[in-house]
Amino acid sequence: MSNLFNIDIVNPEQSFLSKDNVFEVVIPAVEGEIGILKDHIPIISFLKPGIIRVFSESEEQSFYVEDGIVEFKDNTLSVLTSSIFDLKDADKNFVSESISSAEAELSKDNIDDQKRFLLNHKVEVLKSISIN
Amino acid sequence: MPSLDDLRKRITSVKSTQKITKAMKMVAAAKLRKAQENAEKGRPYSEKMNNVILNLSKSITDKENAPKLLVGTGEEKVHLCIVLTADRGLCGGFNTNIIKKAKSYFEKTISENKTLKIITVGSKGYDQLKRQYKSYIVENISFKESKNINYFDADKVGKIIIEKFEKNEFDVCAIFYNKFKNVITQIPQEQQIVPLNEDKDDKDDSGNDNDYEFEPDEDEILSNLLPKNISTQIFKAMLENSASEQGSRMTAMDNATRNAGELVDRLTIEYNRSRQAAITKELIEIISGAESL
Repeated sequence: MSNLFNIDIVNPEQSFLSKDNVFEVVIPAVEGEIGILKDHIPIISFLKPGIIRVFSESEEQSFYVEDGIVEFKDNTLSVLTSSIFDLKDADKNFVSESISSAEAELSKDNIDDQKRFLLNHKVEVLKSISIN
Repeated sequence: MPSLDDLRKRITSVKSTQKITKAMKMVAAAKLRKAQENAEKGRPYSEKMNNVILNLSKSITDKENAPKLLVGTGEEKVHLCIVLTADRGLCGGFNTNIIKKAKSYFEKTISENKTLKIITVGSKGYDQLKRQYKSYIVENISFKESKNINYFDADKVGKIIIEKFEKNEFDVCAIFYNKFKNVITQIPQEQQIVPLNEDKDDKDDSGNDNDYEFEPDEDEILSNLLPKNISTQIFKAMLENSASEQGSRMTAMDNATRNAGELVDRLTIEYNRSRQAAITKELIEIISGAESL
């Protein structure tokens, strides 16, 4: 019995990643990270800023996502996101720009707690990327 | 009867117009391929999005407290229309078709004594609508600067819609765009996005009995997802539109090139005839002159 399943990451412009040989995916769901293995029960959730880690037989890939929706069904994990990039080709300028824009947003007064939490989290994740 | 010189000038001018239309056709053909590719690439996203929403809305039991974006405000007084057109002309009936479709909807809305609000995306739509519906247009957005259709732009429009919805500025929202069928056929579409109308055609029957686990609960996911869906729908419309625009332009320019060709043929015949007439006239003059000697 193989313990592999499929993953499809799509963004509005194109299909970003499609693999059929992954055995674990860790996604930054809004209520905490979820590790998904084969035969996980069907789930729908959405993402907070963080890193998606895809473990396949041969390699491990990491992607930064800002938001999105995940759906797991019939051993296919679909990730819908509008903002994603591979950590390997992370653009230093882009990351630092995102950090500063998020910080600028944070300094505004009229944001609610949930947004503040997400933004704080985003800054944290982005900073951890830029250190590496 | 135009002189020979006039005819010659006319022929040259038509020929150079033909060159331009031919070039435009080629450019449109190249762009069309790309636009079509983009439209196809963008399809999985909106399809998956649709599926997720469909699954979610099925599992919502408490319809009364469901997000308003899904079920509507319960009223139908204010209609917001998003008219998506191109920024450039010379593409046959492309813009006019959308406008026509939108206008019939406007008339219906006005005659039912409902309030109408219009947002135009793309400058051509604004140009055509401002004469008649100036007072209804609340916003005019144009993405002339951005070279490619990108999600970022669609998201901007989406955010405007959401903002207006949260301020209770409208009850029903519909978008107008051209659906790309093939190079010759583009179908003007009217699609209601708020409240969400389930598309009966592309309903996916597979796995409807799936019981999902939701994290957090359905309501929260839906209220997070629905605004995104609006942007996605707009993005899809923009992609379809851009493919349609190029297709429409290609056909229009192809026709123009052919018409110019016909015109050149006709003018050439006329030119040759009058040239021959002039020669014959001169000959007659010479012969009759010689005879009288």
